[in-house]
Amino acid sequence: MSRFETVFGSLDNYEKGHIEIINDKPTNYAFSNVFEVAAKSKPYEKVAVGKNQENLIEAIRAEGTSPWYTCAHDEFALVMDGEVEVHFIDIGQDQRAPAKSEGNVTLKADPNGKTMGHVVLKRGHQALLPANAAYQFRARKTGVVLQQALAGENTIYKWKDICLT
Amino acid sequence: MNVVVNATNASNKTGYKSFELGSFKFRRDEYFVYIEWKSKKGPMTHYMSADAFLRAMMRDVAWGFFYYQVNFDHVFGTNNLYGQVEMFAGSFNETFKSQGLNLTETFDTPVIMETFKAILADWTNEGFDPFAAPAETTNDWLGPKHGNNMAAINRERQVSRRMVGLPGDTPVRNDGNGYPVNRAFADVDQSQPEIHAEKGYESQVHGFNLFAHLSRSDVTWNPSVTSVCKSSLFCPTSEEYILPIKHGNDRVEWFLQLSDYILWDVEDKNTGKPRAKVVMKAGDIAAMPADIRHQGYSPKRSMLLVWENTNPNIAKLHATNAIPVYPVEF
Repeated sequence: MSRFETVFGSLDNYEKGHIEIINDKPTNYAFSNVFEVAAKSKPYEKVAVGKNQENLIEAIRAEGTSPWYTCAHDEFALVMDGEVEVHFIDIGQDQRAPAKSEGNVTLKADPNGKTMGHVVLKRGHQALLPANAAYQFRARKTGVVLQQALAGENTIYKWKDICLT
Repeated sequence: MNVVVNATNASNKTGYKSFELGSFKFRRDEYFVYIEWKSKKGPMTHYMSADAFLRAMMRDVAWGFFYYQVNFDHVFGTNNLYGQVEMFAGSFNETFKSQGLNLTETFDTPVIMETFKAILADWTNEGFDPFAAPAETTNDWLGPKHGNNMAAINRERQVSRRMVGLPGDTPVRNDGNGYPVNRAFADVDQSQPEIHAEKGYESQVHGFNLFAHLSRSDVTWNPSVTSVCKSSLFCPTSEEYILPIKHGNDRVEWFLQLSDYILWDVEDKNTGKPRAKVVMKAGDIAAMPADIRHQGYSPKRSMLLVWENTNPNIAKLHATNAIPVYPVEF
């Protein structure tokens, strides 16, 4: 038996780190914990936990079924906890996000188009959310999804609430 | 560009060659590397343990001089100017600089790259892998020259264009392609996602097990690129022991601790003065501001997501103070 034990976090079991300041301010590091953020979020709120100009990492509490989203560019979803299906529909131009726009948008109606398929993700699994497809998360087991995304209309910012100060 | 590396014959005593680049001279003996330069006040010599030097130089070469500053230690390092590279001694050490003992020289990237590769090739002995954790390699870095380890030092950094596992992109690591599970990640789930792709959508309905992929990394402190969202790059890596360099940022960089924990020392980029210690555990995410240098300590092999912004204008925006050195204001 290996003497090593790999420690992952989960919604129900995580331990947050800390900052020891020598000559700086903790807010400069925008330090948060994705499990803590998701534990305090409503289902499918896309809470920014990382921001580098227009680029984002969003922490999402995956619980139940999400709205349908689409985006003009690729995005990616990484499951940190739980078990989540992601379903894809090949929607037409009329339902897509504007060409060259950034960030995902919520579809105003059910998606029309061919079924592309679906993936089932567990902890550590990452999926492509391909450009111009509609996608929907369906949590088999409540968990946490991290989304590699760009800033958009669905992004929620609450740095003061989530970061070490 | 046809590059000529300035090297001596092998030493009769140790078997190692010595090298020159610009005004800098490099030599090694059985234990140490010596870097010599001429300051305004006279000749200077800096020395490092050869294993620490080789581990640092390995990263600098493998990363293509990375995003701006790679400090081999508190004195010697390089700054990537993206086409050219500055090599410096003491220029980002407050005492050396204030006393006029520093030197910075600029080289075209192919010139310094070929020189560094030649040093690595000559000074890395058979049996020593500068990419490996200390527990996974030998102490063959010391002693007189004996053989080489070209296979280890010529590993190429894995850089996906869109996402790992897509047709034509970097492959998912597995036993069959030479990536067994690391001893420290034997308990990591190796299942792959269920993929149910309708006909014609096989290249779009796609996923892979990132954690399993990382559990099979054969190197430490060497980020690969696994998914690309415009200028947003996920660059996860497996870490063990000490990051062999101190990375000085020219942009904000983010870390997301995927497993276990890492301790970070954060210093001022220009002076090296301590600013903070950041302790990151699984699920923690934090920014490294654009005006710091950082060095990580990973007590157990861990998984770290390094998140980079490759916008070609971002370094210039920071250099001209057009954007803050911190990621967000709140």
